[in-house]
Amino acid sequence: MSNQDHKHRPTIGQILDENGVGRRRFLKYCAGITALMAMPPGMTAAFAQQLRAARRPTIIYMPFQECTGCLESLTRSFAPTLESLIFDTISLDYNHTLQAAAGHAAEEARHEAMKQAWGEYILICDGSIPTGLNGQYGASAGHSFIDQLKEAAEGAAAIVAVGACASFGGVGAAYPNPTGAVGVSSIIKDRPIINVPGCPPIPEVMTGTLVSFLASGVPELDDQLRPKAFFGNTIHDRCYRRRFYDRGLFAESFDDEGARNGWCLYKLGCRGPTTYNACATIKWNGGTSWPVESGHGCLGCSEPKFWDQGGFYEPVTSKLFRDNGQIAGAAAAGVAVGAVAALAARARKNKLAGKTDQEKSS
Amino acid sequence: MTLLEFSRGPMLHAALVIFVFGVLWRLTTVLLLGWRKHYSEARNPTARAVTGGLIAVGNRSWPHPEFIGRTAFGEAVGYGYHIGLFAIVLLGAPHVVFWKNLFGINASWWYTLPSGIISVISIVTIFLMLIATIRRMRHPPLRRISNFDDWFSLVILYVLMISGVMAVFGIGGRYEIILAIHIISFNALLIWFPFSKLMHAFYIFPSRFINGYMHEKKGAAS
Repeated sequence: MSNQDHKHRPTIGQILDENGVGRRRFLKYCAGITALMAMPPGMTAAFAQQLRAARRPTIIYMPFQECTGCLESLTRSFAPTLESLIFDTISLDYNHTLQAAAGHAAEEARHEAMKQAWGEYILICDGSIPTGLNGQYGASAGHSFIDQLKEAAEGAAAIVAVGACASFGGVGAAYPNPTGAVGVSSIIKDRPIINVPGCPPIPEVMTGTLVSFLASGVPELDDQLRPKAFFGNTIHDRCYRRRFYDRGLFAESFDDEGARNGWCLYKLGCRGPTTYNACATIKWNGGTSWPVESGHGCLGCSEPKFWDQGGFYEPVTSKLFRDNGQIAGAAAAGVAVGAVAALAARARKNKLAGKTDQEKSS
Repeated sequence: MTLLEFSRGPMLHAALVIFVFGVLWRLTTVLLLGWRKHYSEARNPTARAVTGGLIAVGNRSWPHPEFIGRTAFGEAVGYGYHIGLFAIVLLGAPHVVFWKNLFGINASWWYTLPSGIISVISIVTIFLMLIATIRRMRHPPLRRISNFDDWFSLVILYVLMISGVMAVFGIGGRYEIILAIHIISFNALLIWFPFSKLMHAFYIFPSRFINGYMHEKKGAAS
């Protein structure tokens, strides 16, 4: 199929009709997505119309310095499920974990898919990109990750960076960052980039972002390039334990009365106040629970450099420095300078007093 | 490095170093300046002088009866916002957590007030600060004895208070930016503190005590 043929791909609506997906089911699917994105119910019909008219896009899913956790999370999406996404909405043409092909055959398939949909495919990136030693820390099929990313990004309509690593460098970029790991947006500057951070990201946020992109293009993003629909509020703002924070009721340890009563985890290091994500509203595992509901504070995994924000069990206002005697040194210096200043003042006073006595006697 | 990281990290560290250095420098200087030599026999024994010093600390912390009509309002406003500041700093949960972390102490006995009460105290304190500022601007003697030192300290304090309230109520922008501004203004206060009239926090009671003590001792024994 040539690039021209690709432009005549069937729309998502046509594919759904061919597969016998009814209007009711499709609207339910769209209602789920719009609800996830906190769009008003009246927008569902317009969203469904736009999605039906969209052409089924080619997706190239490129893994870099990653742990496959994000993909594991994506496979656990409930609304929409990954299966429905793959079969109904997108054409996942390259993902070396999910596809049957391997080695040269897989790489050839990727190049072929990119060629056919050049300028139109969506590139999903997973994992950070090591830049140290000219990118030699990470390579696949004989090419460094940097080169692979640049090559794939050139023909992409948009890039979706899934996970904290692809978005901001993640654990790979944690101090001392031996591989010089960075996120996609640090390398690619000329393509629309949507960051879907998290360690891993919420599956519904990943699929919801993809589907909303298909329906209406790049969504409204915050200053970290995250969709505002999912990352517009802090965990703290939407947390069901917020009322305990407001009343000053805190768990002091993980096994005290406060913890058993479900009080606020602020003092135990919860990073909810500085973390923008949708965990408190969408939750995990099909809405079963989420970390704070399970009794553990938020780790702030959707924020840049979340590994380097002090201990996970230290509050968000805790100090972020290590004192190696500088404060004690300052105290000693202060006392010494003060003593010298006082002695100098006394000497001057005595000298003046002596002068006055001399004047009197003369 | 984000603004919040900077404020909690290197800037806070540098501010603490400057604060400790400056405060100890000034306190040591004052303590070692020495006392004026008294050639006459002390009027009262030391125990009596100490009592006199303590009485002076109490007396001078209260309006003088003769001027109470003219000074009570100003003193009430001053006390009001000072008490408010201490309540916020020492009993607000996020601040207590900050102090515990900074000093590396557990102190499970350290009581905190509900954030709703702290919010009310914060707003009342800002209101009292405003009254005190307007009074300082309109009261001729107060205006004449005010200089850059007073106004700059007030500016830092306003930024500190207003950013704290904004962070709690989630207004004016992203929480982490407001929080960073709040911590930066606290750091600025630490840096400015030793070199400004804010040192009155350390001097006020010892100087009143010394005054009362000296007054009890000086003069000739009868």
